[in-house]
Amino acid sequence: MNYASYIFLIPLLPLAGFALLGLFGKKYFNESSGIIATVLILVSTLLSLYTAYNYFIAEGIINGAYPSITAFHTSWLSFSKNLSIDIGILIDPISVMMLIVVTFISLMVHIFSLGYMKGEKRFATYYAFLSLFTFSMLGLIISSNLFQIYIFWELVGVSSFLLIGFYFDKPSAVAASKKAFIVTRFADLGFLIGILLLGYYGESFEFSTLIRQLTDVQSSQSIAITTGTFAGISILTWGLILIFIGGAGKSALFPLHIWLPDAMEGPTPVSALIHAATMVVAGVFLVARLFPIFSLSEIALSVITVVGLSSTFIAAVIACTQTDIKRVLAYSTMSQIGFMMFALGMTGTENTLGYTASLFHLFTHAFFKSLLFLCAGTIIHFIHSNEISAMGGLKKYIPLTHLTFLIACLAIAGIPPFAGFFSKEEILLAAYNSNKLVFGIALLTSGITAFYMFRLYFSIFYNKQMEIQNPHSEGSFSIKFPLVVLAICSIVVGFIPFGNFVAADNKILESHLDFRFSFAPVVIGGLSILLAMYFYKNENDKPNKVASFWGKIYQAAFRKFYVDELYIFITKKIIFNFIGRPAAWIDKNIVDGLVNETARTIEKFSYMIKGIQSGKVQHYLLYFFGGIISLLIVFVYLWK
Amino acid sequence: MNEVPLTHILVLSTALFFIGMFGLFTRRNMITILMSVELILNSVNINFVAFNKYLFPEKLDGVFFVLFIIAIAAAEAALAIAIIINLYRNHQSIDVDDATEMKF
Repeated sequence: MNYASYIFLIPLLPLAGFALLGLFGKKYFNESSGIIATVLILVSTLLSLYTAYNYFIAEGIINGAYPSITAFHTSWLSFSKNLSIDIGILIDPISVMMLIVVTFISLMVHIFSLGYMKGEKRFATYYAFLSLFTFSMLGLIISSNLFQIYIFWELVGVSSFLLIGFYFDKPSAVAASKKAFIVTRFADLGFLIGILLLGYYGESFEFSTLIRQLTDVQSSQSIAITTGTFAGISILTWGLILIFIGGAGKSALFPLHIWLPDAMEGPTPVSALIHAATMVVAGVFLVARLFPIFSLSEIALSVITVVGLSSTFIAAVIACTQTDIKRVLAYSTMSQIGFMMFALGMTGTENTLGYTASLFHLFTHAFFKSLLFLCAGTIIHFIHSNEISAMGGLKKYIPLTHLTFLIACLAIAGIPPFAGFFSKEEILLAAYNSNKLVFGIALLTSGITAFYMFRLYFSIFYNKQMEIQNPHSEGSFSIKFPLVVLAICSIVVGFIPFGNFVAADNKILESHLDFRFSFAPVVIGGLSILLAMYFYKNENDKPNKVASFWGKIYQAAFRKFYVDELYIFITKKIIFNFIGRPAAWIDKNIVDGLVNETARTIEKFSYMIKGIQSGKVQHYLLYFFGGIISLLIVFVYLWK
Repeated sequence: MNEVPLTHILVLSTALFFIGMFGLFTRRNMITILMSVELILNSVNINFVAFNKYLFPEKLDGVFFVLFIIAIAAAEAALAIAIIINLYRNHQSIDVDDATEMKF
């Protein structure tokens, strides 16, 4: 099958939308910009589904595994015969899976925004940015080499920056967008160094070449990278950990997570698309993409496991204490990404269930988490506040949102038969098979997850009964439609036999659900839901009592374990005083001083010689002939 | 017929050149300055023709050069007169010492 004939259209259609709306949108089609962008992304979605059909069903398995196809490849910057930066399109199971996720969620968000952002002054700009983001994300997932992925990596970063700061007249949104950009950019420094290390030793940036050369223990590249060490750790491990730092920054893993909760300043559909379903899982995607290389280094995998697991647990605890609905969802996203990460970290060479489980969770999480955010969008739209305390008893006002929110909560809590159950079960099973301690923490965290999600659910839809005067409707068709579609997806996507499509070695992974094993997680999830119901179903002071009982710990969790304060301390007290100020002094006195002194000298000299310019033509003539005669003397008599 | 020796012609052209030079430096009237420039150009023309005739009599390069210089001198005169007219419109005079706005 010749994918090259249409595959490049998938990212380029949103790019065309961006160019069109970005350049002419405001002037010519402010009203129709939403429709234009939505139609373009719809075509992209259909093409992605067609690609998936061709890849998985029509072509299917060749020689026992799904092939990795380079649909398009061209050399962009060639430095030497061996080293060049290329542009290519790589099609393999994970990129096809991600194509579906990104285009589909993006389509849903585009449709939702038609109603949600209606009447916005910068409507066309909004859609231009959304298209730019979709283009960059699609480019990221079909990249065929490390440098190309890095380019798109920065592009999604900048589109995320633009969308978080969409309401740029709000100082908090501006601060949040800057924070997101700076933190992820800082992490990307690690990513870049990692790319250069792997590229230098592996002698290629191309994924396929890199993986082939580094996994072959006989090859010179593999020997060079594993025998070279720095500070007692091999270069391979250093490179992988640095790349993982980039991934952790983008995926908001502890301790680089601080930008994600603040990023909720952006419009809610943006949070659903970028900060829940697609961009934040780029880190997971990156690790999965380089997984054959990651699996060579035990240390790198342990780092991934530890970071993933600690993010999962910390975020879940913080989520229980937050009062802003979008912040709770943000921490829950961070927690779920932690799940995906440590599942990858625990994948060994023998037992590859974790890899499939991680990507399966990525897949299901995209649907129910974007659904949660879109529901949060309609709730915020209805109540005009983000705070849980301003909500309560909304069940009778917004029944459809209530139903879809419930479905999404059940899915994320891991209750069968909703999507989250299947993927989380596989992660827990993978954890159980490799490390009992990890399994214990993961099980506890999935209980906490169920608790805080239903805390949110009961606080919004039950609890105190609010009397709303003249409630407006839930929203137009374009708001309701994506909710229903995503709710259906949240129910059914769990039944996809994911192991048949995505596995570490591109073959088929047979996974059986063992119902005796799933007993414990489901019971814990159910108990947590009952606990949340006990606390939050009716208005009472039990939550406050418990909070004061936990005292300091509750405070610490409420203040997000003081990570933000720590960052501020480091930047303001240490970096500003010891690096920033000396650098500023050097800049002001030495760099500026040099330039100013040059200018001053020239000024003085100019004053001295300005008398020559007398305004009399004959004077100038005299200088002219004087010059010619002196040149004559020099060249004819002195220059021998 | 006795040929005129080369030195005579060179003396003539040198004299013309310095007369032109003198006019250029001492005159204040733009039209006189222009005439002086033409004198200098013509002294060069005489040199070209003389050298061509005495050193390379079988060639015509010097003569062609002279033709070019005459053409350029004509163009230059047109330009100079345009400048002079503009100067007159602005200053009601064609004295170069009256146009001193471009000094420091």
